[in-house]
Amino acid sequence: MIPAPFEYERATSVAHALELMAQGGEDARLLAGGHSLLPLMRLRLARPTLLVDIGGLDDLKYVSGNGDAIEIGALTTHHEIADSHELGEACPLLTTTAAQIGDPQVRHRGTIGGSVAHADPASDLPTALLAMDAEFVIEAVGGSRSVAAADFFEGPFMSALGDGEILTSIRVPVSGASGVYRKFNRRAQDWAIVGVAALIGTDGGAISSAAIGLTNMGGTPLRAEAVEASLVGVSGADEVAAAAAQVADIGMPPGDEQASAEYRLHLASVLIRRAVGDVLT
Amino acid sequence: MTRISLSVNGVQHEADVEPRTLLAYFLRERLGLTGTHIGCDTSSCGACTVLLNGQSVKSCTALAVQADGARVTTVEGLAEDGDWHPIQQAFHEHHGLQCGFCTPGMLMASVGILSENPDPTDQEIRHALEGNLCRCTGYQNIVNAVLAAAEDMRSSAAAS
Ligand SMILES: Cc1cc2nc3c(=O)[nH]c(=O)nc-3n(C[C@H](O)[C@H](O)[C@H](O)COP(=O)(O)OP(=O)(O)OC[C@H]3O[C@@H](n4cnc5c(N)ncnc54)[C@H](O)[C@@H]3O)c2cc1C
Ligand code: FES
Ligand code: FES
Repeated sequence: MIPAPFEYERATSVAHALELMAQGGEDARLLAGGHSLLPLMRLRLARPTLLVDIGGLDDLKYVSGNGDAIEIGALTTHHEIADSHELGEACPLLTTTAAQIGDPQVRHRGTIGGSVAHADPASDLPTALLAMDAEFVIEAVGGSRSVAAADFFEGPFMSALGDGEILTSIRVPVSGASGVYRKFNRRAQDWAIVGVAALIGTDGGAISSAAIGLTNMGGTPLRAEAVEASLVGVSGADEVAAAAAQVADIGMPPGDEQASAEYRLHLASVLIRRAVGDVLT
Repeated sequence: MTRISLSVNGVQHEADVEPRTLLAYFLRERLGLTGTHIGCDTSSCGACTVLLNGQSVKSCTALAVQADGARVTTVEGLAEDGDWHPIQQAFHEHHGLQCGFCTPGMLMASVGILSENPDPTDQEIRHALEGNLCRCTGYQNIVNAVLAAAEDMRSSAAAS
């Protein structure tokens, strides 16, 4: 299984990549870690005519913080995120999520920018970023803009990124809340059947703020808003379980060969209960 | 064709490759390094694992052009001057293989694990070998071998 032929260009800067993408037209694709794109190309489900390799742009590989927010370069790998002491202190939800992606080999190659841009509803990092109210910085030929995670994901594999645009960095507010990511799969290394990102602030043993993100419960990552509202003020296990059950408020998730819609709802409420329980204990 | 230059097991190579050439095929077919196996071709089994700049990667899921300028280590590069690498010795002693098909990938993934965590627990090894499938051993002896190699490598590091 070898990809169909394509032209290949190595970008030397973001400006160069934008120029190459503009020349390449609509069948040009950016290549970051290649861990979503190459599997699709090998199955010939994707047949770009030009690959613009941004993997060598080392200036898009960084983690830098100023106390209120942390900025992560788009080419930072899942491994670098999971391994970052600075991120572990400031945004533990992000490091624990990255550590649960695929396997070490995948984490050594896959990038946060690629994961966000690919917008696969089964991906883990987009859910955590949605729960953290992250912002995505996008460069285009005409200039740059920033899009909130809540507005970025538009459907399965569809996002606010336009043709030829490049996601260059991700900004995450530092909240001081505790973060847990829980995913359920049947086999080691598999994608999540359902995943839950919980960002929970506490005050004197009770929950003072709650953000709950859901993976693979719809065409995009979702927020469980009814659960979030019910969790505030809660401290006991029974109340947490009752709040978690409110996840049904998002409507019916998709059913497929891995899990029926009802089973997905059941998993989501159990995973929310456990994730929040992890924070409270 | 795209010109690439990379070091494989310490030897510098220059080659013109079609951009769609996967690293695993470049290693096997152009350099004749057939120790790197191709098991699934769908990024699942880990038989094709090599080290790219010291980190484990699945070489069926990287283009040869992405390895331009990089340092690649394959299973052929583990032994030094005819002496087995501690991980090879440990797989031999602990019976960490049966048919041997998964073994090159298991060895390279294990070297990667030990470079990031020189003193892993049984559970940490199992978790870190998630991307490598073995159809024969049931994994127990593989985990024993990695534990033994870790101990061996730590005591040689302490001695030197
Ligand atoms: C065996 C295996 C298991 C996996 N398991 C998981 C898992 O459990 N959970 C999970 O979340 N993911 C998983 N993944 C996917 C992995 O996380 C990918 O690395 C990630 O989805 C894509 O990142 P990439 O850098 O490899 O992107 P690429 O494959 O290089 O690119 C993906 C897409 O995004 C575009 N793109 C990339 N970077 C940018 C950018 N900066 N700006 C604009 N567009 C860009 C590309 O053009 C392409 O369309 C798995 C992958 C494999 C092979
Ligand atoms: S051949 Fe590369 S993962 Fe199986
Ligand atoms: S020893 Fe046969 S597949 Fe692992």
